Amino acid sequence: MSEFWLHPSLLLLVGAALLPLVPRPAKKAWLLLIPILVFARTAGLSTGNHGAVRFLEWTLVFGRVDGLSQVFGFIMALMCGVGTLYGLHVRDDAEHVAAWTYVAGSLGAIYAGDYLTLFLFWELMALASVFLVWFRRRDGSNAAGLRYFLVHTAGGLSLLSGIVLLGRETGGDLTFGRLDVAHPSLAAVLILIGFLLNAAVPPLHAWLPDAYGEATPNGSVFLCAFTTKTAVYALCRGFAGMEILVPLGVAMALYGVVYAVLENDCRRLLAYHIISQVGYMVAGVGIGTQMAINGACAHAFAHILYKGLLFMGCGAVLHMTGRSKFTELGGLYRRMPWTFLFTLIGGLSISAFPLFSGFVSKSMIVAAGFEEHRLGAGYLLMLASVGTFLHTGLKVPYFIWFGEKRCSEETWERAAEPPWNMMAAMIMASVLCVFIGCRPGWLYGMLPHPAEYEPYTAYHVSETLLALLFTAVGFFLLIRKLAPEATISVDLDWFYRKGGLLVLRCIRGPLQAIDDWVGRWYRTGGLGSVRGSARGVAWFDGRVVDALVDGVGGAVRGVGGWLRGLQRGSIQETLLLALGLATVVVMVGFLLLRGH
Amino acid sequence: MRLVRIIDWILARRVGVTRACAAVLGVLVVLDAIPGVVHKEHAHTAVERLPGFWAVFGFVGCVVLILASKAFGHAGIMKREDYYDE
Repeated sequence: MSEFWLHPSLLLLVGAALLPLVPRPAKKAWLLLIPILVFARTAGLSTGNHGAVRFLEWTLVFGRVDGLSQVFGFIMALMCGVGTLYGLHVRDDAEHVAAWTYVAGSLGAIYAGDYLTLFLFWELMALASVFLVWFRRRDGSNAAGLRYFLVHTAGGLSLLSGIVLLGRETGGDLTFGRLDVAHPSLAAVLILIGFLLNAAVPPLHAWLPDAYGEATPNGSVFLCAFTTKTAVYALCRGFAGMEILVPLGVAMALYGVVYAVLENDCRRLLAYHIISQVGYMVAGVGIGTQMAINGACAHAFAHILYKGLLFMGCGAVLHMTGRSKFTELGGLYRRMPWTFLFTLIGGLSISAFPLFSGFVSKSMIVAAGFEEHRLGAGYLLMLASVGTFLHTGLKVPYFIWFGEKRCSEETWERAAEPPWNMMAAMIMASVLCVFIGCRPGWLYGMLPHPAEYEPYTAYHVSETLLALLFTAVGFFLLIRKLAPEATISVDLDWFYRKGGLLVLRCIRGPLQAIDDWVGRWYRTGGLGSVRGSARGVAWFDGRVVDALVDGVGGAVRGVGGWLRGLQRGSIQETLLLALGLATVVVMVGFLLLRGH
Repeated sequence: MRLVRIIDWILARRVGVTRACAAVLGVLVVLDAIPGVVHKEHAHTAVERLPGFWAVFGFVGCVVLILASKAFGHAGIMKREDYYDE
């Protein structure tokens, strides 16, 4: 046991635990105070390995502070403050507790120095975040939350199996560092799958738009920042330079853009653009040069702010009008002009317009790709940029605040600027987006490697302006094609939402037929045949069932032996038990919430 | 509110604003083509040195993305909103 080291997550967890006890008049002050303390603590951390704890035969390191973890920790703590300010009006303590626990999980995973600590906080994140979906308290969100949780449990299991195998490979050394990416072992692949699922890399991505579109307005602001970017951090740490990540990242960047064209719900559209933007970061991790890793970190930093801002803008519309579909909105600029302006700033930032934050971060990754002579990747990422401006910079603002007024009278009457705290949070995020765009040195100074990149060359500015402005020309020429349609798009979640039902339907017919046939046979056959069949059953029991039972018993023994071989010490049992308990807690929570 | 008045002012002059934007776009393309203004040694590949390359890239990319995505969507991906409720 080393000296006591105050973990920022501990501050958040204690703050969250005490929140319900704080008297109502002091509640808002508490909600502002804790994130400020957490931010101050995070920003003031000194580099080194802190908070080492002996646990059975392992040393758990809770506080590895270095360049990489610090840039992610800084932005996560900052976003925690902005997000909490945005949700200050929410009177339900449980929602704040869930949000803070979720952030604590993210910060814990970022400062984790070993895989076991990482896993612990990784699961805390999944566990806490699902409540942000359920607190919307409608049928759609209950089901989406359950799907979200089950998918993340599967990802967590893959990560855990990878960690167990890794411990066996290395003889117990579970330091969270770079794995062998040139010749990945089974352990590395399983860990990678766990990370890729949280980063929403297709085909492991469908949970993201499914859940983020259903969460509470405040919940989505938190969700859009923490899960995927913590996964990007983990990828930077463990898999920098892994070749397969480049094509996966590029595919992601375009996949999100294509689905965003089809999407009618503004928050689901933004969710698809998370997949697209995280694609840039994943590609950057795959390229793996110092500049590319810097680019991935810078882009994650900028992304958290502008994507938070976009979800805040669309969340404000949902909060005020109760609507988030383009087919039920339109023409709202007269009612919510400032919300429009802030969302537009988010849109210009994500589109990488000069003077906005995306311009100084996204281009680092694209430039690193071109420098490594990955021309295909470079051009395809530029194409994804065009698509990003098309949707987030043009489609979202246009179809909510301009264009044809498609909203009902009631929606129109309800629409107004959101409460002061939501406005203040949007102003904060907007100012930061513009500040980073105008003074990139501040962000570059925090990056893990020395940054010698100058975004504001005449060529880069000219290239970006031409590509984006002519995208706008295309948008206005084809605007009829883009008119919103009241549809949903089938994604890979079809397999667990519809595929299972179809299988059920397919086998239901034959099963029913067999049942009918047995019933008829029983009625016509009478007692004699029952006696006969009893003899048959006895024979079946003696031969077949016994053999089956023996066989299953043998198999269980075999699997048990194999598991024993896998285990070193009791940590796996403890972790599995913890996971099981966590699952029970979540299921109980789900059932209780469903009652509302 | 002042912001609404600014937006209304712009919307009331739609034709003029469109023309001004078109003029700005033209100027940008011309500036991009003058070697003294935009140094193309930062260009990564030869095609980027063609005048107006990124303008064409942006426009064609946008049109292709819209048409291809919509075709993909109408090929069976877009469903009625109650598709999963059946």
